[in-house]
Amino acid sequence: MNLHISRNRILTLIALVAFFLLLAYASSNFSPYVLRIMNLSAIYVIFAVTFNLIYGYTGQFSLGHAGFAAVGAYVAALLTMSPDQKVANFFLQPIVPLLANVQLPFLAALVIAGLMTAIFSFVAGWPSFRLRGDYLAIATLGLSEIIRVLLINLQSVTNGALGLKGIPGYTNLFWSWGFAVVTIFVVKRLVDSSYGRALMALRDDDVAAEALGVSLLYHKMLALMLSSFFVGIGGGLLANLISTIDPSVFLFFLSYQIVGITVMGGMASLTGSVVAACLYTVFLELLRPIESPFSIGSLDVPGMPGMRMVLFSALLLLVILFSHRGLFGGREFGWDWILDGFDALRKRLKGSKERTGADSDSEEAS
Amino acid sequence: MSLLQLRHLTKRFDGLTAVDNFSAEVDSGELCALIGPNGAGKTTIFNLITGIYEPSEGHVYFEGKDITAKRPDIIAGLGVARTFQNIRLFEGMDVLGNVLVGRHLRLKADPFSAILRLPNYSREERTMREEAMELLESLELSHLAHEDATSLPYGEQRKLEIARALAVKPKLLLLDEPAAGMNPAEREELMAFVVHILDTFELTIFLIEHQMQVVMGICPRIIVIDYGETIAEGPPDAIQNNPRVIEAYLGVGDYA
Amino acid sequence: MPFQQFLQHLVNAISLGSLYALIAIGYTMVYGILRLINFAHGDLVMVGAYSVFYAAAIFHLPWPLSFPLAILLTGALGVLIERTAYKPLREMPRINLFTSAIAVSFLLENLSIVVFGGRPKAFDRPAFLNANISIGRVRMLSYTPVIIFTGLVLFGGLMYVVHRTKMGMAMRALSRDIETTGLMGINTDRVIMFSFAIGSLLAAVGGILWGIKFPQINPLMGVTPGLKAFIAAVLGGIGNITGAMIGGFLLGLIEIMILAFLPHLAGYRYAFAYAILVLVLLVRPTGIMGEAAREKV
Repeated sequence: MNLHISRNRILTLIALVAFFLLLAYASSNFSPYVLRIMNLSAIYVIFAVTFNLIYGYTGQFSLGHAGFAAVGAYVAALLTMSPDQKVANFFLQPIVPLLANVQLPFLAALVIAGLMTAIFSFVAGWPSFRLRGDYLAIATLGLSEIIRVLLINLQSVTNGALGLKGIPGYTNLFWSWGFAVVTIFVVKRLVDSSYGRALMALRDDDVAAEALGVSLLYHKMLALMLSSFFVGIGGGLLANLISTIDPSVFLFFLSYQIVGITVMGGMASLTGSVVAACLYTVFLELLRPIESPFSIGSLDVPGMPGMRMVLFSALLLLVILFSHRGLFGGREFGWDWILDGFDALRKRLKGSKERTGADSDSEEAS
Repeated sequence: MSLLQLRHLTKRFDGLTAVDNFSAEVDSGELCALIGPNGAGKTTIFNLITGIYEPSEGHVYFEGKDITAKRPDIIAGLGVARTFQNIRLFEGMDVLGNVLVGRHLRLKADPFSAILRLPNYSREERTMREEAMELLESLELSHLAHEDATSLPYGEQRKLEIARALAVKPKLLLLDEPAAGMNPAEREELMAFVVHILDTFELTIFLIEHQMQVVMGICPRIIVIDYGETIAEGPPDAIQNNPRVIEAYLGVGDYA
Repeated sequence: MPFQQFLQHLVNAISLGSLYALIAIGYTMVYGILRLINFAHGDLVMVGAYSVFYAAAIFHLPWPLSFPLAILLTGALGVLIERTAYKPLREMPRINLFTSAIAVSFLLENLSIVVFGGRPKAFDRPAFLNANISIGRVRMLSYTPVIIFTGLVLFGGLMYVVHRTKMGMAMRALSRDIETTGLMGINTDRVIMFSFAIGSLLAAVGGILWGIKFPQINPLMGVTPGLKAFIAAVLGGIGNITGAMIGGFLLGLIEIMILAFLPHLAGYRYAFAYAILVLVLLVRPTGIMGEAAREKV
């Protein structure tokens, strides 16, 4: 095996180690409030990066993403909850015997959640991903709605509209950011490979791609299943973070959030997705106070619940209208950019120092 | 035996018969042209060959095998590549990237090997890049390898599209109006390019053109169609003087 | 099932179908001309209903005033959305337009949560619509025939406009080939605005009638009717106005029949609607009345 250790790889490794040391420090020292934001950021990073794989790189506008996250959330929750917790939850109608006594460690539950979501996405995607453009969007939207209705109605499996409460809170920074890093790694590796080129060809011109031997359905399913696997895990992480799932609310906001974050971060830019997901989560929390009554000086402002989402949707609209490529549209930022940036900065600083001495000379020369 | 055989191809679109009982053969190593006025059904025939349309009647045989209405990507895998009338490059990629997509269909490594950069994948990727660069070099396009595909001048874009089709290592290359939108000087250069690749690679080329003079001096055999059916077939001088051909083109402006 | 009960269900189905049809027409008109699925259309239904509510609650306007006012207001909002959020993106890849529609929809929903409050409000049903009447042996409340009648009248009026007026001809031309129509000297901008206006006005009527039929309104009330109306439009053939009408009635019929004959599956009836959608898209995407749009290769 050709061990190609480049400067960039070493830097990435160092950064990762430093990052996880930071997480370890944070776990023991930051307040639960901050920890929750950090965990949520990781989960939204997973959602955004996986959506970007399907939409930004493969060009499939699939609105079923939130539905898949919900599937993963339920699977993971039902696998991590203890039999007692299940009995307590399923008071309207007892849970199906198959699930009643199952309780698995977190990692197993997450992986199974991911696998089941991937399989589910395949079954749902195989017929529907033959559609293109708006038709695909609407079909997947319908799919997401079907999932929602099923979740609300399958009382003995999902506890219906009552949702699930008391899901063990296993998610911590290592789980959430660990999987986030893995997701980013896998997606980036795929995108930078020949398969990634095939996906982007499919996105740019599927007729031409097919004429060059790229099997459209195979590659769409590849992107979909890979993306769904991690979305399912993301859903599971979310369930074990906020400890409750309310099916009616869960899906609705999540669909818009995922699309909004990914579009704002920039299509086909993993950097954009990561940055946008983190910014979104942070700002969502920072702006929470405006939804309760507060005062500016002597002015009393009544609370406006829902205002944060208004700002989010308004921002999304502005981004689409004026900067539809998003923050980082199509560009990635890596070590090269950062180091080149430092070099350029250094040169500028050096240059200005020299120029102050040579100013009078150049003025005379011109 | 001919490389490509088209037998009684007919294609109807809701009452319009675009292709009417069209039969033709193209032999290995040939440079054959399909010409006719606009709307004669030429591109439809290409679409029937490459599996984009399913014929209402008739069959397509390639290397003796029936490939009628197979999926386009499967047909490409069998050795048939094509270009499009309105150049369809991949805008999100550079020149090299576009060409590399043409090599993807031969990739044996599965996606997991690609993600993990296992040795079998890395080796194939390296080979693909080398072959792609070699191809670009032989077509004098290698200096543009890292340019944005869509930033190229029109003539180079056309050559890139052809290069990309060549990356598939096809036995049969279908060129759909390769000289479309070009001025006479560019047209000459492109047709010289087409002849060059015919000689350089082991190829059979079947090309569509609607302007007669483009193919006159270059293609030893020409098939002329109008309203979806063959009206003449033969070497350039025979075609030029064929009264039916002249009639088909009358009023359409420029002809040889 | 006794025949009378069946008739009851049938009447119910037709009245529900009228509502879907009214809303579906707006979707289909916009799609036919701009190839845009106007996500925000369903939310205009909500705006129509809330306008009437606040006109009555705050300004104490009687329904002969509040209804037309609400309809005009919602129509104006529809045009405003077109001008600000859709027009600038017309030259761009369609997916940007689609995302914009999604954003507008989300914005409208959240704005109404903030402004109107998330809790459902009771819609005031005008007395004359609240009377118990019987037609033959079928009993119903008086709003049901009103809904059906209004639907038919509006549909008839729209057919007249589309097939007998110059503006209607322009609309039909645009939905065939927008570029060429523009080159023919028709002010495409004005036709588009007109189409949005009509669609939004009809959505407003749908919203008011919806509020009358189901007198509880909430900020997200437009989501489900909107999606169902869209399914109706696709079922009937997206881009075709007659198709939208047929699709609307058909969907209403299917929904009520499921309720009638398979009551234990009532909760799943939304899923059935979406399943129909996916099926139609897979088997015959152009719907009942539609014509195939072919991409030239």
